[in-house]
Amino acid sequence: MSQEIKDILQAADPANVATINFGPTHPSTHGIFQNILKVDGEKIISSEQTVGYIHRAFEKLAERRPYNQITPITDRLNYCSSPINNIGWEMTVEKLIGVDIPKRVQYMRVIIMELARIADHLICNSVIGVDAGALTSFFYPFSEREKIYELYEEMSGARLTTNMGRIGGFERDFTPVFHQKLQSFLKTFPKAFEEFDSMLARNRIFMDRTKGAGPISAERALSYSFSGPNLRAAGVDYDVRAMNPYSSYEDFDFIIPVGVNGDTYDRFMVRQEEIRQSLRIIEQAYKNLPEGDYKADLPDFYLPPKADVYNNMEALIYHFKIVMGETELPVGEVYHAVEGGNGELGYYLISDGGRTPYRLQFRRPCFIYYQAYPEMIKGLPISDAVLTLSSINVIAGELDA
Amino acid sequence: MEKQNNQEYLTAVQAAFGADVLAHEEAFGMLNIEMTPNRIHDAIAWLQQHQDLSVNYLTNIAGVHYPEAVGREFAVVYQLHSWKNNLRLRIKGYLPKDNLHIATITDLFAGANWMERETYDFFGIIFDGHPDLRRILNMDDMDYFPMRKEYVLEDATREDKDDRFFGRNNNEL
Repeated sequence: MSQEIKDILQAADPANVATINFGPTHPSTHGIFQNILKVDGEKIISSEQTVGYIHRAFEKLAERRPYNQITPITDRLNYCSSPINNIGWEMTVEKLIGVDIPKRVQYMRVIIMELARIADHLICNSVIGVDAGALTSFFYPFSEREKIYELYEEMSGARLTTNMGRIGGFERDFTPVFHQKLQSFLKTFPKAFEEFDSMLARNRIFMDRTKGAGPISAERALSYSFSGPNLRAAGVDYDVRAMNPYSSYEDFDFIIPVGVNGDTYDRFMVRQEEIRQSLRIIEQAYKNLPEGDYKADLPDFYLPPKADVYNNMEALIYHFKIVMGETELPVGEVYHAVEGGNGELGYYLISDGGRTPYRLQFRRPCFIYYQAYPEMIKGLPISDAVLTLSSINVIAGELDA
Repeated sequence: MEKQNNQEYLTAVQAAFGADVLAHEEAFGMLNIEMTPNRIHDAIAWLQQHQDLSVNYLTNIAGVHYPEAVGREFAVVYQLHSWKNNLRLRIKGYLPKDNLHIATITDLFAGANWMERETYDFFGIIFDGHPDLRRILNMDDMDYFPMRKEYVLEDATREDKDDRFFGRNNNEL
């Protein structure tokens, strides 16, 4: 804590201290969570958080659901980048049952996951703009995000809660429309993105507002188990994609941007650069997309096409076994982590061989780093607390599970 | 420096904590170490300080309920990560249901605060020395710990989803 902040806290006169509610439903909490702030004038002296307003007991629900029915639960964690959650879960199950995934599927997954990361970061960064008073920069990237949603729609039929893919691969191959839309996205997105970037990145007002807002040091961030862009903004280059590559991330050339001060501006800049890197990864993966099948040979888990179920005895048996949950599963414990929009998104799965997990725990990056928020906003004005909240990208679905 | 592997970690922990290492296994490439619960705090502190092992990152804390294992009904699982060696490991402690106490590790990792609160909220495990052990996701006035296995999610009279037919017996707990 800097000397300046210490002075503010010490000078606070108890008679002047007011207690105010920031949330649960406040336009700039972007979700339902409450902070009770004690303020002296504009300066925050302390804050107390309440979370859990949209707790839906996902971990309990998962204990009564067969593995393929858990994918839709994961949609609702970080709903700004559902495909990463879906695919992360599918890879966890694949790790448990030990299956080789075709190279094509891995590359397809990388493309979808990086599209999701772009969408996630775009929302977060444009919302930082809103909270600094720049509404144009929020609406401008909407049309680009819309294109990503159209790509999801082409692959899964859904736009937000995607239920993307299946255990063992995808439900369908990239369709001709997907190819066409992805190619046009790759062509038009960089220009639109750089225009968005030029609205904020070197904007004097934006920089003055965000620099020094809600800083955290690398040591504190590590102690709080930060991950993702928020940790990297503090200068620590931890990225699951590089540390424990999954789904063939080791094949791609990308850099991991880091910040210096861990403040709102650095978080913004780290996300901006990650969007560029994600785009690079997509281009590499799409250019080198291997030939092959869009699913693994995994009849015990992957539902056969409906036409086969009606005409083919074997397909009917597998269909029945999957739907009734009669598949043999290994006993064991796996942990699988992916780099989600907000950081290390982990699945700790304990299987006792039954048709549902014995225990499934989600390592939700939001939940873990949001506890550092009171420390980050101490001594700052309320307007900076608002910016800090949007720049750490707390997503209520992921926070409360 | 050579990167340390699971075997070296296990040997080092066994050498330092001897009889407190109760069991170990390697599950899907990840080292699991079961320890006496009241030594886990010291073991994590030691791993964190150790020059070569350097376990610097707390990934998460999970509770698990095994109602049928008499005397070791609840497990607390710490998943840790050493970035220096890029190695993940799991430390587990089993607690009997009538003594659900384990030392907090909030003094070692600030991030353990909410993870422990969540584990308390779900399973009722009490982390001694925790600065603010309250429920976090559920209501403060909730009078049970919902992730325990005796609270079945669905109506126990439903037959169409009865797990007895699939090798697991949830309804008789």
